[in-house]
This record gives sequence, structure tokens and C-alpha cells, in this order.
Amino acid sequence: MEVYGTAVASRLMLGTAQYPSPQVLAEAFRRSGAGIATVSVRRESGGEKAGAAFWELARGLGVAILPNTAGCHSVKEAVTTAHMARELFDTPWIKLEVIGHADTLQPDPFGLVEAARILVEDGFQVFPYTTEDVVLADRLLSAGCEVLMPWGAPIGTGLGLTNVYGLRTLRAQFPDVPMVVDAGLGLPSQAAQAMEMGFDAVLLNTAVAKAGDPAAMADGFARAVEAGRLAFEADPMEPRDMAAPSTPVIGKAFLE
Amino acid sequence: MKIMLNGAPAEVQAETLAAALEELGYGEARVATALNEDFVPAGARAATRLAPGDRVEIVAPRQGG
Repeated sequence: MEVYGTAVASRLMLGTAQYPSPQVLAEAFRRSGAGIATVSVRRESGGEKAGAAFWELARGLGVAILPNTAGCHSVKEAVTTAHMARELFDTPWIKLEVIGHADTLQPDPFGLVEAARILVEDGFQVFPYTTEDVVLADRLLSAGCEVLMPWGAPIGTGLGLTNVYGLRTLRAQFPDVPMVVDAGLGLPSQAAQAMEMGFDAVLLNTAVAKAGDPAAMADGFARAVEAGRLAFEADPMEPRDMAAPSTPVIGKAFLE
Repeated sequence: MKIMLNGAPAEVQAETLAAALEELGYGEARVATALNEDFVPAGARAATRLAPGDRVEIVAPRQGG
């Protein structure tokens, strides 16, 4: 898989928030084989030095860093946050979130497109957190995005793919655009489903971080992503309604 | 002068953003800054003058999803 000209070894992308400890986070990353870690920027007080400690931890993971604009509700806020993230993490990559609704954390499609256009003009490589809406996807691509990150379900819900039809349509409309199902996954089977549908990767955080054993869950997701991708590439059989015997009918002994 | 630092009132003697960071104990910390909602690159902090009531945001790397 390639995004913005960079080869990404793993089709699993993992967030760094909500783990019980830095050690558990590091072990979960090791077991996941993730190639990209998402991070954020947050307020720091003088002498706190929490940022420096986290930066060391993140760099120690040995994976590409994708900063986000999580929690931003306006274009201005998202753009300023992106600039701060670019300086802090020394990368043009930005996972662009412009949230439009507090309860569902649904992206604001209008603000998202506007912010994406501004950031692309400023030299950013934008990974937009979007919905499965094909018109919105088209606008984001026109704005200069080269990857799309449609949600599976609202952030942190673990509901899986709530609009399979919509996601299938999106995938079919833009077959050559790298697409990452981002948010809403709770179980490895849901990740496998997304991969079987032809999505290029999945991004998750809560499903691993909030599992009783995050490292084991990370391993489970890694295998599911690999299994789903193999299934997609293997060209699955068509389902049918009527049974079709798999054992040959001819040659069966006549015993009545 | 009184400014707003990360959403809370603060008092600084410094007249520039760079001097304020020093005064507030950030030293060599890995931080990024914004003044009145606009990003201020690290290289521009020394030339960025503060005025009473300015809103200063100072952020650092953190966990994220």
C-alpha cells in the first residue's frame, strides 16, 4: 500500500490513546505490526515536559507518525492545529478531523473540504476523516486529498461497519484511491469485513486500547486484517441461495 | 501584562512570545505555539510581540487516535 508516494508496510494503523500504560501501548504496537501511529497535540504547561516523554515513546515505536486534529470543530481551529502538529512532529501528514456534531462526532463535510483545500495549498498531505458520502469524497479528492478515511461507525462506538452499502458504493466509485476505514471498529471480524470489501487499510484505537488485554487484541486485529486482505485478493466465490453439493454426485453407491 | 495562557489568566513581564516561553518555564521543551488563534512558527517567536489580553496557546505531542 502506498500513500502520498510513501510505501506503508502494514495495512493496520493504530492510535496511541487510552492505553493503561506506556508499556502496554508499546507491546500492543509490537504485536499489531502497525506501520502508522496516530498522535495528537494538546496543551502543555511550563516545566511539564509530558510532550517530550511522549515524543520519545512515539519515536521508539519505529513507525510512521500521523498527527491528527482531533476535537477541532472549525476550519480555523483545524488549520492552526495542523500547523502546530507539522512543526512538532516534523511531517507533512495530517489526519484531518473537522467535527460537526458533538454526539456522533460526525465530520462537518463543508468545513472538512474547506480545511483540506487550505492545508493542501499549504503543502500538507491530508488524510481526511470523512463519512461514506460519495459526493463528499469527490470534493475531497478535488481539493487535493490522495487518500480517504471513511468512518465505519462513530468514533469509540465499536459498532463495526454500520453502512455496508454506503461503504461498498464508495469503494466501487473510486477504485484506485487508497481508502482506510477509520473509526468505529470494535472487533477483528469487523476489520476483516472491511478488508474483504477491498478497503486498503483500517485505523483503530479504542478497540485495542480498551480491550482487557490490548496486546492480544492488537494481534487479533493484525491477523484479521491480513486474512481479510488475502480474501479480497483471492477473488471470493459468489454467494447463492440454493444449496450446491460440494461432494460429487456421480459415483455415489446406490443403496436403496 | 495580563495574557490568557492555554485558556487561563497569566501575568508575564516578557514582551515577546519567545521571552514569555522562557519566563514561563518552557525552556527547550518540544512545544508549538499559537497567538490569538494563529500559528506562530518557532522561528518567528522572537519577533512576535505580545499585547495585554493576547491569547497564547502552547501545545506539545500527546497520545491520539
